[in-house]
Amino acid sequence: MAVFIHDTNIISPLGFSTDDNFQKILSGKSAIEKVFINDKIGSVYAGKINDELFNNHFQSINADFKGSRIEKLLIAALSPVVEKNPIKDDSVLILSTTKGNIAALANNNLSGAFIDQLAKNINSYFGFNTEPIVVSNACTSGVVAISLAKRFIEIEQFTNAYVVAVDELTPFVVSGFQSFQAMSNEPCKPYDASRTGVNLGEAAVAVFVSNDDRTESIQILGDANINDANHISGPSRTGEGLFLSIEKALNEANIESNQIDYISAHGTATLFNDEMEAVAFNRLNLQNVPTNSLKGYFGHTLGASGLLETVITIESLKNNVLIPSFGYQKQGTTQQINIITKKEQKALKTALKTASGFGGSNSAMILVKNS
Amino acid sequence: MDALKQELKERIINALNLEDISIDDIQDNDPLFGDGLGLDSIDALELIVLLDKEYGIKLADPKQGKEIFQSVETMAQFVAANRTK
Amino acid sequence: MYAISKFINISQDVVCENGKQIFHNQEDTFAAFMKNVYKRLNISYPKFYKMDDLCKLAFIASELVLQNETEKEIALLFSNNEASLNTDLKHQQSIQNPEDYYPSPAVFVYTLPNITIGEVSIRHELKSESAFFVAENYQTDYLHKYAEYLLKTNKAQKVLCGWIHFLKGDYKADFYLVEKMGILEHSKEQINDITK
Repeated sequence: MAVFIHDTNIISPLGFSTDDNFQKILSGKSAIEKVFINDKIGSVYAGKINDELFNNHFQSINADFKGSRIEKLLIAALSPVVEKNPIKDDSVLILSTTKGNIAALANNNLSGAFIDQLAKNINSYFGFNTEPIVVSNACTSGVVAISLAKRFIEIEQFTNAYVVAVDELTPFVVSGFQSFQAMSNEPCKPYDASRTGVNLGEAAVAVFVSNDDRTESIQILGDANINDANHISGPSRTGEGLFLSIEKALNEANIESNQIDYISAHGTATLFNDEMEAVAFNRLNLQNVPTNSLKGYFGHTLGASGLLETVITIESLKNNVLIPSFGYQKQGTTQQINIITKKEQKALKTALKTASGFGGSNSAMILVKNS
Repeated sequence: MDALKQELKERIINALNLEDISIDDIQDNDPLFGDGLGLDSIDALELIVLLDKEYGIKLADPKQGKEIFQSVETMAQFVAANRTK
Repeated sequence: MYAISKFINISQDVVCENGKQIFHNQEDTFAAFMKNVYKRLNISYPKFYKMDDLCKLAFIASELVLQNETEKEIALLFSNNEASLNTDLKHQQSIQNPEDYYPSPAVFVYTLPNITIGEVSIRHELKSESAFFVAENYQTDYLHKYAEYLLKTNKAQKVLCGWIHFLKGDYKADFYLVEKMGILEHSKEQINDITK
């Protein structure tokens, strides 16, 4: 059974619709700037949603809603998608997040930080008749969530799913990444020779997935989520889990490496992650496929990144345009890969989206444009 | 210096959860990384926190860690020379 | 169609295998309890001591299920209600007071519930499909379906499903292995029984 991604929406520092986000990216705009976190941490380069602009935007969605910021982000992301695709009896909400409303802990509010409660609140806000599914799988969560939607639709557990993903830029996460010495003191440079680490970001994203074949739909042709089984925070040097994930996704899609037109990779700009991806791509003969990381535009949006970057990948496919990998100038991985340096109009049909994360997780997904 | 080395060994064992290791198991000049204690990249980062928390030393560049954490001996030398607590 | 070949339940003070008590806790703390079971398992895995409580629980439960297992294509489907909140609280504590501000990488790395999957994958060398789910209660319906899906499509040869709860000293682990042959039918009734 074929499963497709239809309407999408993005709430990010670059805009409050998929279109706004993509237009900004096309014009070479990045969300990364100096952001004040708190008195102790000070400012870091990150992607942060402007609260004033967002609150104004949210007023037009629901002037009365009084909930947490993260709930508002999710509601704003999902509302337009629901408007275009009214919820049915068997519709299911799938939420992807690494930390949910972790900001609540800073106010001593433990119960407010339960992720299942966040899902339940969104579930009842939109009037779903089913229990939501929540996946929390580090930075692969967004792709895993689509993978789950596809698989459950294939076995007819339901016919359609609303996959949403969110994570906020919080002192909780910033302080943690700082303790890992993983943060860059400048705008991040994925795959670049002088890269020095990540910039964090935040976003809320929503996509509608179903077995309906519509004209503008993107088919999810193959997917896999394979663990490295190597280290809980460092990627496998041979890119084992990522290699296996891509290989299995290609097998399921029944296509060869040379049929991939574009790779939207993970590219966090840490020394090890980017190096590992280059190894894995070379092992699969994907080193010549135009590749980018979108984290130079948004920062690393954690549990939202897989879904956010998938939506931009879909826009690239639909518009037949390769987006440059923001922040990249010179090859910085031992094995060469083909990083996109200039915007280019090119006929595109098939894309590979990959993600990797703490815990040795990896995900790969093949998307194809049926037109 | 001996007292500092003993203290460092104790603190390393606690900070890195080296449950089945005692102070006597760690020789002053044994390499901390590599085979010996089986320390990994997270342990290296944790030792950077230890320097700050217990001795008030903030490393300008985390890469300095490689030299400093070679052994208890090198750690002790560095702490003695740079501690602010 | 599929069967449960083994199940382990760990709750305050008791470890049961296939419904039979195999260990009774004599210690005062969770850490001591787990350490005792670890020692009884006669394995040498010093990384165990670095794990946070949630991972220790997942590790021990998985170890008991997978002790004599040779299969490597075992998918891991773990879930709980509180995600990694137990360790999240510890990290929050380390950054709450600007005067006593020492975030620890060894703590922060455990502020993701899927690290439980990572630890078990590493221990048993399982380069397999996995996912961590969060829900108020064990989601028997979709976990039953998803485990069978992975087996039917050959994405896994066996599936280890686990509910791992650890929050502020309260803990419970219910793990079961799904495969072609076993002692119980892989049915929703059996799953509800194991995870109740």
